[in-house]
Amino acid sequence: MPSQERKIQAPQPNPETKAFWDAAAAGRLMIGKCTACGELHYYPRAICPHCLSDKTELQQASGNGTIYTYSVMRRALVPYAIAYVTLQEGVSMMTNIVDCDLDKIRIGQAVRLVFKPSESGQPVPMFTPV
Amino acid sequence: MSIKGKAYIVGIYEHPTRKADDKSLAQLHAESAKGALEDAGLTRADVDGYFCAGDAPGLGPLSMADYLGLKLRHMDSTDSGGSSYIIHVGHAAEAIAAGKCSVALITLAGRPRSEGQATGTAPRAAGGNAPDVQFENPYGPATANMYAMCAMRHMYQYGTTSEQLAWIKVAASHHAQHNPRAMLRNVVTVEDVVNSPIIADPLHRLDCCVISDGGGAIIVAGPEVAKSLKRPKVKIIGAAEAPKHQMAGHVDLTYSGAVWSGPAAFAEAGVKPADIKYASIYDSFTITVLMQIEDLGFCEKGRGGKFVADGNLISGTGKLPFNTDGGGLCNNHPANRGGLTKVVEAVRQLRGEAHPAVLVKNCDLAIAHGTGGSLGTRHGAATVIMERE
Ligand SMILES: [Zn+2]
Repeated sequence: MPSQERKIQAPQPNPETKAFWDAAAAGRLMIGKCTACGELHYYPRAICPHCLSDKTELQQASGNGTIYTYSVMRRALVPYAIAYVTLQEGVSMMTNIVDCDLDKIRIGQAVRLVFKPSESGQPVPMFTPV
Repeated sequence: MSIKGKAYIVGIYEHPTRKADDKSLAQLHAESAKGALEDAGLTRADVDGYFCAGDAPGLGPLSMADYLGLKLRHMDSTDSGGSSYIIHVGHAAEAIAAGKCSVALITLAGRPRSEGQATGTAPRAAGGNAPDVQFENPYGPATANMYAMCAMRHMYQYGTTSEQLAWIKVAASHHAQHNPRAMLRNVVTVEDVVNSPIIADPLHRLDCCVISDGGGAIIVAGPEVAKSLKRPKVKIIGAAEAPKHQMAGHVDLTYSGAVWSGPAAFAEAGVKPADIKYASIYDSFTITVLMQIEDLGFCEKGRGGKFVADGNLISGTGKLPFNTDGGGLCNNHPANRGGLTKVVEAVRQLRGEAHPAVLVKNCDLAIAHGTGGSLGTRHGAATVIMERE
C-alpha cells in the first residue's frame, strides 16, 4: 500500500521550542545537547533531562537513522506509518515513515530525513527509506 | 514504614452497566460508591478519605466530594490513567497506616461508549501544555498504534508471534463466557483473533479491549474496621508504583514500568511471583498483558509468548489464571481505565466470590497490576499484592 498524503496536525511552538521549529522550517532537524554533561537528548529541552543543567543547546542531526519500531495504522481515513527512528547520533524520536510502500517497512531499515508540511504550513521532520 | 498488613480491602463494586445513555458521569461514580459501601457494610458517614482520578467530573476530588456529601480528612486525585486506582489502593493503605484516614473510598466511572469515542484509533487531542505533544501529535499517535509499536518491537527482538498474543484473548474469552455482563461472551480461537482485521500492525481487532461505559468503587480500611465487618478479609501486603517514559530519547519499548513496581511490591509483601495464585493483569491490548507478565517476573524477559500460549492463563487449566471476569479484553473497560476492575476481580477471587466456573482453588494470594497512559510513550505502572486472611 503506497503512503498517501494525510492531514498532519500542526505543532504549536512555544518560547522554549520556537528555535527547533524555526530550524525545521529551514530544513534542519535539531536535537538537544547539554554542554554541562555532554549528553544528547530528544525532544530538545531548555533543561537537560540527564543532569538538569540549563546549559543546553540545539545541535543539527545528520538526518540519517534506522527504524527502531513502527506500526501502520490501517483503521484510518488515510493509512499511515508511525515509528520511532533511532538517529545516527543515538537518540530516538517519534515520526512517520513516508513516501514509500507501507507494506515494505521493516525494523532496522535505514531511513533519511524529509520534511512534510503540517496544516499550518509548519514543516515537520519525517523519514523515508534510503 | 511498610504498609504490609496495615489495611484491608473491605468493599468492592463493579457497576453493571456497559452502556449508560440514561445516566450522568457523577451518577455513575455515586452509584459505584454506594455499591461498594453496601458491599462492605459501611455507611457514607464512615468514609473519611476519598480517592479519584481524571475520570471524576470537576476539579480533582472536589465536585464528587460535594455530590456525595463527603466529610473528609484525606483526599488524593493521583492520575496515571487506567492504573490510577491500583495506585490509589496503595496510597489509601499508606494514608491509613499513617493515621490520615480510616475508611478510604476510591471511585471510577466513564461513558466513552455513550459519548461515541473512537478510543483506540482517534488521534490524540491537540493543545495543552504537555511538553511532548508538539513532538508527537503531528505523527498521529492514537492508542492502538502506540501499543502496536511495542508489539512490533517485541516480535522483532524476541520472536513473539501473533498466535501467541492471540492466546491472551482466547484465555480472556474462556473466562468471559461465564460472565453474563461481559460485552464479548463468545469463546474465540487463536484463528479468530489472527483472522480479525488489522487495526494497527501487528494488532488485530481482537487484540484490543472493548470500549464500554461503567464504573466501580473500592473501600480500603484499617484492621480495626476490617475486623468489625462480617466479610472475608483481604489484606494489602505490598504495593508500588513507577512511571516509565522515553528516557530522554533512549526509547526502549521492550519493557514496562512493572520492572520497577513489581519487584518493589513483591519485596514489601515478602512473596515471589511463583507464590501468586491469581493475577489481574491490565489488558488494554494483548501485548500489554504479555509485557507485564514478563516484567512482573512470571517468566523470563522475552519468553512471554511461550508462557501465555496453550491456555496457560485459563483458570482451571493454566498455571497463571488471569482476568477471570473476562477483563478489558472481553468484559468491560469503564472510562477506558481498567485498573479498578482489576482489583475488584482479584478481591472476588480471594473472597471465593468469583464465578464458580473460573474460581481459583485455595486462592490466598493475588496480584493486581496496571499500566496507565501509553505503553508506547509514557505510562504509570502500579502493582498491589493482596492476601486472604
Ligand atoms: Zn546535562
